[in-house]
Amino acid sequence: MSTPVAADVLSASPPATARLRPVARWRRRLEAFGASRPAAVGLAIVLVWIVLAVLAPAIAPYAPNASDLTALAHPTPSRAHWLGTDHLGRDLLSRILWGARPVLVIAPLAVLGAAALGSLLGLTAGYYGRWIGAVITRACDIVLSFPVIILYMIILAHFGSSAWNIIGVLTLTKAPIIARIVRGMTLDLREREYVAAAKMRGESALYIMLVEILPNARGPLIVDMCLRTGYNVIIIGVLGFLGIGLPPPDPDWGGMVKDTYGMMMVWPHMALFPCAAISSLVVGFNLLAVGLRELGLRD
Amino acid sequence: MTDGPLLQLRDLHVVYRSRAGDVSVIPELSLSLQAGEALGLVGESGCGKSTVALSIVRYLGRAGRIAGGQIVFEGRDLTTLDLAALRAIRGRRIAMVYQDPMASLNPVMTVGRQLMEVPMIHEGVSARVARERAIAMLGEVKLADPAAVMDRYPHQLSGGQQQRIVIAMALIAGPALLIMDEPTTGLDVTVEAAVLDLVRELRRRHRSAILFISHNLGSVARVCDRVAVMYRGGIVEEGPVRQIFANPRHPYTRGLLDCLPTLGRDKRQAPLVPIPGQVESATARGAGCGFARRCAHVEAGRCTSGPIPSLVVEGEPQHRVACVRAGELPLWRRRTSPAVADDHGADGEPIITVHHLTKVYEPQRRRRFGAARPIRALADVNLAAARRQTLAIVGESGCGKSTLAKVLSGIEIATTGGVTLDGSEVGRLGVDARSASLRRKLQMVFQNPDSTLNPSHTVGYAIGRALRRLRDGAPADVGAGVARLLEVVKLTPAMASRKPHHLSGGEKQRVAIARALAGDPDVIVADEPVSALDVSVQAAVINLLNEIQAAHGATLVFISHDLGVVRYLADHVAVMYLGTVAEVGRVERVFAPPYHPYTEALLSAVPVPDPDAAVARILLEGPVPRADEIPRGCPFATRCPRRIGAICDDTPPPVQQLAADHRIACHIPGAELQRLQTPLVGSAAAGR
Amino acid sequence: MARFFAKHLAFLLLTLLVVSFLVFTLNEFSPGAVARKMLGAYATQEQVDLLTKQMGLDRPLLVRYVDYLRAAASGDLGYSLRFKLPVKDVIVAHLANTAVLAAIAFACIVPLSMVLGVAAGMREGSRLDRAILILSTVVASIPEFALGVFLVSIFVVWLHWLPGTATLRAGGGWSVASQLVLPVAVIVLFDAGYVVSMIRASMVEVMQRPYIRTAVLKGLSFRRVIVRHAVRNAMLTPITVIMLQINYLVAGVVVVETVFAYPGFGRMMLEAALFKDIALIEAGALVAVFLAVTTNILGDLAYIVLDPRIRV
Repeated sequence: MSTPVAADVLSASPPATARLRPVARWRRRLEAFGASRPAAVGLAIVLVWIVLAVLAPAIAPYAPNASDLTALAHPTPSRAHWLGTDHLGRDLLSRILWGARPVLVIAPLAVLGAAALGSLLGLTAGYYGRWIGAVITRACDIVLSFPVIILYMIILAHFGSSAWNIIGVLTLTKAPIIARIVRGMTLDLREREYVAAAKMRGESALYIMLVEILPNARGPLIVDMCLRTGYNVIIIGVLGFLGIGLPPPDPDWGGMVKDTYGMMMVWPHMALFPCAAISSLVVGFNLLAVGLRELGLRD
Repeated sequence: MTDGPLLQLRDLHVVYRSRAGDVSVIPELSLSLQAGEALGLVGESGCGKSTVALSIVRYLGRAGRIAGGQIVFEGRDLTTLDLAALRAIRGRRIAMVYQDPMASLNPVMTVGRQLMEVPMIHEGVSARVARERAIAMLGEVKLADPAAVMDRYPHQLSGGQQQRIVIAMALIAGPALLIMDEPTTGLDVTVEAAVLDLVRELRRRHRSAILFISHNLGSVARVCDRVAVMYRGGIVEEGPVRQIFANPRHPYTRGLLDCLPTLGRDKRQAPLVPIPGQVESATARGAGCGFARRCAHVEAGRCTSGPIPSLVVEGEPQHRVACVRAGELPLWRRRTSPAVADDHGADGEPIITVHHLTKVYEPQRRRRFGAARPIRALADVNLAAARRQTLAIVGESGCGKSTLAKVLSGIEIATTGGVTLDGSEVGRLGVDARSASLRRKLQMVFQNPDSTLNPSHTVGYAIGRALRRLRDGAPADVGAGVARLLEVVKLTPAMASRKPHHLSGGEKQRVAIARALAGDPDVIVADEPVSALDVSVQAAVINLLNEIQAAHGATLVFISHDLGVVRYLADHVAVMYLGTVAEVGRVERVFAPPYHPYTEALLSAVPVPDPDAAVARILLEGPVPRADEIPRGCPFATRCPRRIGAICDDTPPPVQQLAADHRIACHIPGAELQRLQTPLVGSAAAGR
Repeated sequence: MARFFAKHLAFLLLTLLVVSFLVFTLNEFSPGAVARKMLGAYATQEQVDLLTKQMGLDRPLLVRYVDYLRAAASGDLGYSLRFKLPVKDVIVAHLANTAVLAAIAFACIVPLSMVLGVAAGMREGSRLDRAILILSTVVASIPEFALGVFLVSIFVVWLHWLPGTATLRAGGGWSVASQLVLPVAVIVLFDAGYVVSMIRASMVEVMQRPYIRTAVLKGLSFRRVIVRHAVRNAMLTPITVIMLQINYLVAGVVVVETVFAYPGFGRMMLEAALFKDIALIEAGALVAVFLAVTTNILGDLAYIVLDPRIRV
């Protein structure tokens, strides 16, 4: 890392990017991605999965719930079934492709919900301080102190698990983490002089929070949202594995592992492929987060 | 020991790796330092002076490397040494003192252990011996009760004390060379004076050579024998301190001295002359002189092509200049104001008055033992500023000037007392409670250019928003309003689409001024607006503030710790100490005897870039009281060199009205002070 | 110090109350459901109502809650429908099993992640750093059950070196110790991946601080700079995170316990939830929350002990 002296010396005059047109600026940003290998690899993995999920209905060789009884005797990978079939004769490749769809819808939606709710809570807690801040922080601590798996088990076992319930539960449990991050940044940013300048113009608190403070919390927030998406994918898989995920027969990666885990001694591929699928997607999100953090998310 | 110089840099070439490729930050630098000599290295931000220091100790970080040249120290070339040999030299033969002492000390280790490490590692002494040496060293740097200090943690000490510890840590092994990188930047003026004096004394005693790096010409003049002025990675002028300051030959050196508001300059008689353009970095360096773009004496061809030779100044064999035209330029004369008794005519009606203002903060954190006490930031402050005038508030850290700015602007409200703005009482009105017209009347310019503008908003948005909120009725064309304001602050209208991180420090501050002007305010409160800017840029912004004040008829309340700027810019000045006004009045009166004892100490502490200035040095001893433990009587009593007895400790001093517009809060009668005190540098009576 | 404990104790009690009330409400909101559960789907409505009345389940919610608290305070946490034993015994037994797993895992995670995190952070951008960073990121990205599947396929299915389940019964030819290896390995890999990246980030930040420059320029060796100056500062923030891992190790490893059929606390909770064993859910939630808040307090305490800026 360069010493502060270097930054001082190198930035005494404004860089040339200020004068580039918008198109050229975006191209520079994409090139910047290339500068960080984790970011590039992570982005590539995520994009590949998105493409596969979107095209699943078109490219999956079989219907995801269709049983091929002829394959039951030899469910291992073959020419007809590239990844083999599961214990009910359903093509694994198709199930994996189709299984990507709910994951790639639920995880990001939950993160967006958590980000929205968490940002509002964090901004309010950080800006007002004193007892509003203390109350919100304590409430967040209470929610966070609860081991999430147990929370899911209780709520989902009680209310049943549908896609919206899962999104709701994920939002509620992830919002406090984001709230804590945003609160920390707000505490720091509200001392900035441009916030004082805004107050001197008579701006309302809502304006200051949303227009002056929030845009500057962008960087760490985006990195954290990437990480959250990865964790959400893990949790969706775990829920499926524990039997409280999306109801069958929709293919759910975790559920696929749960059903076939017992047969690992004989047919390990049935559990291995869904595990590899879910792992690769999470690796993609986490590498992307690492890379984004490295790049420092400059504008 | 060799006979030659202690340290010699020959054609040093330092390169930094950046996103745009390799940048030659220091293309070719040569320098030499004799044993026991003190050399000052002076320049503005980006000139590479810190890079020179870090190159000597080879701590350039991952992005920097020495690409050529030699650094010969005690006969050995440091650029070729391996790490083990380097480690033996660092801390033992070459030691370093840094700018931010709090950050330079390990927060979780006691001060004593950090000190003891040095002799234990380098000389292999036992812990007991090391402890004794450390205590002795702490005594040498004049810390009270050294044995107790050994067991303290850095955060328990003041800035001045921390810097003394860093100096002690550097000197404890008896190095031959001491590198000091901006050691007093960030310290209060009186603390700085004490530290500089300490450095001089220690240098005499230990006979170390000193490489003193600073942007402050005054501090350099106080400590060094020789000075080298740097610009954009090269040395433009070098020579004995007296000769450089009396007969500067390089246009950049002259420019720097011309735009410095020393204590002898007044805005009316000797206006500051800023250096045009802005400080440039090493990246866009072309052939020829690096200063050519900003030079008033540049000649195309001679100055812009080929290497610039280093010439010896006629009659001064130790004095060298890197300028082809150096011999052709006329002699330089210091600009000062003549000693005239000034009359500005009667003052108008005050537009803003502060009466009996007190601000007390409730304790935020509890102390571990005993009840927490409230912090008294302001106590019974009385001030006034008339239309079209500049009132300066000057003082060191903890004096309450920032709190005063906050109360004036409404970010804080008064505890008791009040502030009257154009007839309306606003002391208890926070900025949310003030009406739109009141808000329009008083706007603020802040200190830190990096945080005064929202980094996510364009310049045009920032100014436009201020226009929309502060004007009665939205103007028909915000864009035109923005362009007009940008012109007032001497920026191009094209700037409106830029974001702050593309602007330099001076440009950002101008945008902040434009933003404050959007509502055409009657009063502008400027809280240290130029403290964070380079010297050559400061002058331009100060001149701008002056012009705007004259053109718009606004009152300027200017808060600063820099006495030179205050002397230059202000009509009236108030000197504050620990929340009270020690002295207030016309600037010529305050800067001349009779002084309040604190004013006297402040004035004597200011480093002046004139080695011939005969300054009666008054050093303050004694502790600065804590903010929650301010003494009953005069707050300055614990350190006052003119303290007359118990009355100073027990009774608050009376306010003496020495003239229509000159008040001093002191137990010693004004006439007595006049008799006792001699005029200090910069007062009208001193003359030149 | 006393104020610190008083404040945190109060918070602990408050949290326990709030959470237990929420869980209680969730579970017992419809009084008929409990009785229905006990009697089964084929009981008539009258039988359900009768049992409801007998059990006192038709009284107002708050009254029932206070009763529950009173019983709990005297040690009676109810009766588990799933395990057919008093709740207290069930919890203690499962908790003991989990404690063993958690202790071994914790003993492995802390030193491992400290060493790797410090080694990575002390020279940011070096090959070692990149390797550790990528490795820890990848490992922390694999869900525990997937890690379990991968390890089982290698060590159980392919190499036959270790058993595939950890039921803690010594029959079947595998010793109890060997049964523990894979579950511990999965937990350590997954969790250490996360802790390593936290410690690394903190270390990277510390190495940029000016006091490290001071230490280096005093002529100290790199090793001394790292060990004496950097590490203690770098551990200030991660220490709270490490304490929180205890929380995860006890209640959050339900997945690993399911994969290896380990009779631990998490699995107990899962079964209770699926089986709607209300008494067990309520008591288990209380234990989990108690643990969570306690580890929070421990983390704060550790931070205070380590950082003199707060202490003195």
